[in-house]
Amino acid sequence: MSECPSAIPFGALAEEHHPHVGGKCASLGTMSQAGLPVPPGFAVTTQVFVDAKTASGSKDRITEIVDGALGRLSVITQDALEDVAAHAREVVMTWEIPEEHATAIRQMYAELCALSGIDDVPVAVRSSSTSEDSPDASFAGEHDTYLWVCGIDEVLEKIRRCWASLYTGRAIMYRHEMGYDHTQVDMAVAVQKMVRPRAAGVAFTLDPTNGDRSGICIDAAWGFGESVVSGDVTPDNFLVDKVMWSINRRIISPKTHAHMLTEVPSCEHPMVLRVPVPEDQVNQPSLTDEEILAIARLARTAEKHYGCPQDIEWAVDDDLPAGEDAVLLQARPETVWSKRHHVVGAKTDVMASIVDTLVNPLYAKRGTQPA
Amino acid sequence: MADRFSSPFDIPTPEGADGWQDLYTYSSLFCEERRDYEDAAFWFHDGVHWPEALTPWDTTFLEFALASLSQYNTRHYLIPPAYGVDFRILNGYVYLSPVPAPAEEIEARVPLFMERAGFYFGNWDRLYDDWLVKIRDLVKEMTELSFAPLPDMEDMEVITSGAGKGSGNELLASYHRLLDLALTLWQYHFEFLNLGYAAYLDFFGFCKSAFPSIPDLAIAKMVAGVDVDLFRPDDELKKLARLAVSSGIDNRFDAGDVATIWEKLESDEPGRAWIAEWEKAAEPWFNFSTGSGFYHTDRIWIENIEVPVGYITDYIAKVKEGADLNRPVAALHAERDRVVGEYRELLDSDEDRGAFDAKLGLSRTVFPYVENHNFYVEHWAHSVLWRKMRDLGKVLEAAGFIADSDDVFMFKRSELADVLWDLYAGWAVGAPSRGPGYWPSEIQRRRTIHRALKEWPAPPALGVPPEVVTEPFTVMLWGITSDSVAAWLSSGEGDDDGGLSGFAASPGLVEGPARVIFSADQIGEIEDGEILVAPLTAPSWAPIFGKIKATVTDVGGMMSHAAIVCREYGLPAVTGTAYGTKTIKTGQILRVDGNTGKVTVLDG
Repeated sequence: MSECPSAIPFGALAEEHHPHVGGKCASLGTMSQAGLPVPPGFAVTTQVFVDAKTASGSKDRITEIVDGALGRLSVITQDALEDVAAHAREVVMTWEIPEEHATAIRQMYAELCALSGIDDVPVAVRSSSTSEDSPDASFAGEHDTYLWVCGIDEVLEKIRRCWASLYTGRAIMYRHEMGYDHTQVDMAVAVQKMVRPRAAGVAFTLDPTNGDRSGICIDAAWGFGESVVSGDVTPDNFLVDKVMWSINRRIISPKTHAHMLTEVPSCEHPMVLRVPVPEDQVNQPSLTDEEILAIARLARTAEKHYGCPQDIEWAVDDDLPAGEDAVLLQARPETVWSKRHHVVGAKTDVMASIVDTLVNPLYAKRGTQPA
Repeated sequence: MADRFSSPFDIPTPEGADGWQDLYTYSSLFCEERRDYEDAAFWFHDGVHWPEALTPWDTTFLEFALASLSQYNTRHYLIPPAYGVDFRILNGYVYLSPVPAPAEEIEARVPLFMERAGFYFGNWDRLYDDWLVKIRDLVKEMTELSFAPLPDMEDMEVITSGAGKGSGNELLASYHRLLDLALTLWQYHFEFLNLGYAAYLDFFGFCKSAFPSIPDLAIAKMVAGVDVDLFRPDDELKKLARLAVSSGIDNRFDAGDVATIWEKLESDEPGRAWIAEWEKAAEPWFNFSTGSGFYHTDRIWIENIEVPVGYITDYIAKVKEGADLNRPVAALHAERDRVVGEYRELLDSDEDRGAFDAKLGLSRTVFPYVENHNFYVEHWAHSVLWRKMRDLGKVLEAAGFIADSDDVFMFKRSELADVLWDLYAGWAVGAPSRGPGYWPSEIQRRRTIHRALKEWPAPPALGVPPEVVTEPFTVMLWGITSDSVAAWLSSGEGDDDGGLSGFAASPGLVEGPARVIFSADQIGEIEDGEILVAPLTAPSWAPIFGKIKATVTDVGGMMSHAAIVCREYGLPAVTGTAYGTKTIKTGQILRVDGNTGKVTVLDG
């Protein structure tokens, strides 16, 4: 019945799907398509939302509740707005996901579990509304996100909760002020594996010690990247040449602590806590050579994709198969060295330059040749 | 860490080698008269070219080479900061010392250098074309020299032509001519080389300034040629293997011994056609030494055809398995273009890109010489010279001066002129020469000394290390840097993890069993999947690079043969470890990291 699939893995999300997956999923799809390995997952398309809404027969009911309320009031009180929102959400929560779509989502979640080798793999379920595609997307990210969702029943439940989050008081007010039609805004949902990092950290697509643009500098430690970002652990440091893909520097530091996923008796979900590292791992490199190169390659891909030096956060997900386990968590432009110019300023006259080279040889300085 | 190496004056004579000084030219020995200078200088053992104790005549090429190298620095191009490289022989081993130009002369040398070197750089292609003609003419003249026993009487033709001179005169003249041609050969060798390295170093320095962490081998890769004459002999073997298979005569090679193979080949038309192709390839390409080309004992393919035929037999097996023996030339070109393109793009300004292009362009102009000269000089011309010397040896053997033609290499270069005079005079007079009574026992004595010297482990360096190593050619040719000198000084004080370090000459990380070999004669011992550990490797070992997993050498830098060939074959290589063959034993499991230059013995 639908021209658009129920759910699409990020890796298969093409440009033509973008109108049906919302801004969040479109961006994950674009990154996957560019060879930037985000944590795996899939988009539940707006088709599912639209079909559920149509099947429920309550589309007009929502309009009635929302527009009715807002139309009547010249100045709406916060309490009244929240009442209207709660009422609308109740209605949305009565929508059933049509079986055809539910089957497809079950299938895709099962594949994610198989890829991770975990039954009921924990995922993040995030709203991805189409209104985020509007020129003024400042509302992006204001809808619900659920972390550590386990099992298909929970996933399906949280998908519906994301739909319902279209009708928070803030969202309703925002659309009202922007003059958007509440019934024309659809909701897609991103279901994305929670990363369980064996190691994580940051990477720069230049050497921050000297601005060398040929280097990719990686800081890495065990567990979650918090320890690297906050600086409470001295990370391992690696320098990779982005043309030759050789590892030119390795500094292995004693990593006494790590941020690890820890079961806490009083809590529903495991928590990320700072814990001591087992003694035999303290001085072990936190990355294998293959992992170092995989992270360097994804940093370089991000740099090429965004067209400027990048500062990225990455993780090696312990649940994913080797070779697919290095994932990109975040990329932003590098700001320190990118603004400076690193000009060699060699003499353009070749003979004069050769004389310079001979009279002031590089080898006069220690450490310029490997020995 | 010690602050200096042993004084050359404190090095004891190895047991059984008393009198070793008699084997070498008096000017090449450390001596009291020059003690102040020699004791204050830094000397490093040249194991790149002369890893083993030299026999007396074999020092000829050492002396010719180092004097020629020096002469171009000092007297032709006036390389501003560098005079030549001084040379000594100690206990049969070669020690070299770069001589800096006096600081106060450097400035005055600059404009002279710019004018002289500038002329060569500006006319490089034409001069190199001329060089190729000169070197071929030179080899031709060497080939035409003949050394034959003196006749009982001169031919009638000597009388009728009114020649007015005889065979003895000719013999002495031919030997002198051989020496003249050998020195000229070495002059030609360095006509371009120093300048070629200077241009390369300029590009190297630029890359290091732009990209402080750039691996040396990335720079080498951008400059290196893909079609290099040094690979040609190996390519010819592959061509012959393919021809044998395509013309259906590959089964003839099952016979194993060369005489039988040749007999079978000559029995029919396809076989004879193959031999004709072999002969075309053999001159000049199989004038290829299995060593560095600097020892008379280095076997030369064309004189030991079981060596190339053995390689061809191996290649035939691979062709029949369907292996593609072609070097991936298109892929190598594409990879070189990729590396250049990506680094270039990373530069920050058009001005830098302009400088990069100019320096890379000049480096590529000069590099064919740097890469190709070795075949013409050390392989082809030396092969001819060794052959002529053996002919001369046969003359002396026939005259009873020596027991074996190879004993000719136990004479010093200048001494041999006296020996020939003795032969000539005896022949002329018709009375006994002194030689047959004098030399056999003396040569026995020298052989005993030489055997004792061969056992001596030559230390990598002597004397006072320089604050910094600044002589550019020392770095390029021998891989000697401030860092390697420091590493030598601290060695023997217990490396932290029992590891060795050297140049990360070709990337990759592998583990495997070691095979330690000291000369080309042991090549047959190498088995598939082993890590080759050798004092150095020679270009003619190319066929074994299809078998091994990695290479570790005692000597050599980024541009050593092992480095070039391993990069070509995609094998990890660590060169210039100084102690590889001394500390590693065959069968030990090694980890060779060609990215960092570390070699680790995994099972003590």
